[in-house]
Amino acid sequence: MNTILETIIAPGSIDFALAIGIILVKIAVVIAIALLHVAYATYFERKVIAHMQVRLGPREVGPYGLFQPFADGIKLFFKEDIIPAKADKPLFYLSPVIFFIAALTSLAVLPFFDGFVIADLNIGLLFLLAMSSLGAYGIILSGWSSNSKFSFLGGLRAASQVISYEIAMGLSLVGVMIMAGSLNLSDIVRAQHAYPTGVFVIPQFLGFFVFVVAAFAETNRLPFDLPEAESELVAGYFTEYSGFRFALFFLGEYTGMLIMSSLLALCFLGGWTIPRFITDFIPFLSAVPGIVWFLMKVYAFMFFYYWVRATLPRYRYDQLMAIGWKLLIPLALINILITGLVKAWIKGLL
Amino acid sequence: MENIEHPENTFETRELNVNLGPQHPATHGVLRLMLDLDGEVVKRCTPYVGYLHRGIEKLGEHRTYFAALPLSDRLDYISSMNNNVGYVNAVEKLFGIEAPERAQFIRTIVAEMGRLSSHIVWLGTHVLDIGATTPFLYAMRERETILDLFEILCGARLTVSYPRIGGVRNDVTQEFLDRLYEFVLDFPKRMDEYETLVTQNRIWKDRTVGIGVISAEEAVNWGLTGGTLRGSGVPYDVRKFFPYDAYDKVDFDVPIGKNGDCYDRYIVRVGEMRQSNRIIQQCIEKLPKGPVMAEEAKFTLPPKDMVLKDMEHLIHQFVLITKGPSVAEGEVYVSSEVPKGELGFYFVSDGTGKPYRMRVRAPSFVHASVLPRLCEDGLIADVIANIGTIDIVLGECDR
Repeated sequence: MNTILETIIAPGSIDFALAIGIILVKIAVVIAIALLHVAYATYFERKVIAHMQVRLGPREVGPYGLFQPFADGIKLFFKEDIIPAKADKPLFYLSPVIFFIAALTSLAVLPFFDGFVIADLNIGLLFLLAMSSLGAYGIILSGWSSNSKFSFLGGLRAASQVISYEIAMGLSLVGVMIMAGSLNLSDIVRAQHAYPTGVFVIPQFLGFFVFVVAAFAETNRLPFDLPEAESELVAGYFTEYSGFRFALFFLGEYTGMLIMSSLLALCFLGGWTIPRFITDFIPFLSAVPGIVWFLMKVYAFMFFYYWVRATLPRYRYDQLMAIGWKLLIPLALINILITGLVKAWIKGLL
Repeated sequence: MENIEHPENTFETRELNVNLGPQHPATHGVLRLMLDLDGEVVKRCTPYVGYLHRGIEKLGEHRTYFAALPLSDRLDYISSMNNNVGYVNAVEKLFGIEAPERAQFIRTIVAEMGRLSSHIVWLGTHVLDIGATTPFLYAMRERETILDLFEILCGARLTVSYPRIGGVRNDVTQEFLDRLYEFVLDFPKRMDEYETLVTQNRIWKDRTVGIGVISAEEAVNWGLTGGTLRGSGVPYDVRKFFPYDAYDKVDFDVPIGKNGDCYDRYIVRVGEMRQSNRIIQQCIEKLPKGPVMAEEAKFTLPPKDMVLKDMEHLIHQFVLITKGPSVAEGEVYVSSEVPKGELGFYFVSDGTGKPYRMRVRAPSFVHASVLPRLCEDGLIADVIANIGTIDIVLGECDR
């Protein structure tokens, strides 16, 4: 502690202190805004699905039910925290925290618009994949520590599902890495802007398809919500959780959805940029701030999440595995092969 | 060292014993299944029933035939109208009376409405169990219309007790017929909506085709009836084989499946909904004029307005309700086609106003017994599909 303090107090290190201060402020802003988005993602989901299902959705709390997410949060916060008698207590406490922290940490490497990123890591993409794998520990441990059969089955399902689809998702992004020549998310976006099509979704349509399917499985959403399939496993791995611990899983899941949507926007849809051929055609669009484009892309994919949830039934466990290993991974490998060959051909190596 | 070739011998494995129910989101009431799981594979499945036992058969023996009618509402509470129709038909056969033609047509209409409302609940919950939420809410919208129509007809929505021994409680109003006809014309479009979401859906087919297969021969041997039997390709339908009410006067098809899997049972029931709609439409168009209660003073309750005005009728009512009619000794078994299958009422009369024995042959009970046959060696997710596809209601199963 002393050494850090001395470094900060020492003359000439005022820039260092300032840098730390700026990062802290950035973190606070990003977390606050991200959690607000998460809260309203639940509201958005309830409204969207309600209207797809001839219902109205939340209406009671505030105008158009706009304060519903806060009411839900307050309710969950004040609920009784029930811990099963036979639960493995330390793990039971820890697992929602692991899940939530893994989701929040991923926010650090996301560039929301040009130059705004907490940690401009040169391995940003790998870091995101690593964090989403770490989140699976939260799920598996919660299933294990609850000491309930339904949670246990849900945790096991989650383990195999996340591992299988992690591979497919990682492989689907390799094509993007080859094209951009970087793992830094900001660089990937800049590479897309420099590319003739402006977005990687057109040359990387195979990778895009694999990524979208894997993103559904990775965030445990329909049609791949097997770890929490309520008609089979009651609520899956978080069956025994209540109150704010449950809320942490809930927030983690929606943060995960936002991160997957952001990753999709950054890697395939050009992040905060729009393709040049559009701005050449309609010049005033280039005056729109980058964050607007970014959020539009993110929420378009969030809407797609909800839309799919309102439309499709759930796959069975073995079918999910078959899709992952027999369809998605071969497709991703083919995509890598083609992308690599084309890149080598362009560079004149072949 | 000898275990190196068989690493599974180095540790002990046990089957996971999971208690599915009686409180579980997918057991449609209070069904309890004990599942022995090897991983996700169901090794053994044992249904436990009886959590909703109310002794309806015994209660029926302590009431006169008139007073026991509301008990039949509580059998399969999703389609109480069909149970009522089955009950009154059985009692009428025992009494040796027949309802007037108009009453028979009205009963056919309301029974088919009951079938629609039950099949709608089945469709919604079955699809919901497989994970699709939207058809459930669409289905509830149509069920609401049917329940509203029941309310117009007799004031009750769920436990209706509308048919009476010897006819029906009251005649239908023009408003009821108009609104029902409007619904009937609109319903095929609604069906198209559900089917767009489900029938050709690839995930739906992956989840149901080839799941819970039961051959025609086995299905007959297990005593399956209704859509569960017809899904295996046996065209048995009480309405066709032993027509009651106005079923011999209307034209309808009996949809049958081929493979006896969940998907075929789904197709059969969806087809039945369209046929029910056809039956209602024909009945409204052909509805004859006339009385709605048989003129059999010894066996039917007198009209209520006359009871309030006239001494003779009051005495009749009093005697029939308290002592019951004097029925000839004998026994009778009459079955009817309810949404779940063949519902049979078996009465033994000892000459008094109350049945000596009332026995209910409940299709849900038989169908619950076939669950182990369908589920064993399948996956745990298929158990849910199978519970949905046999369409059981525990109120009827436990009685």
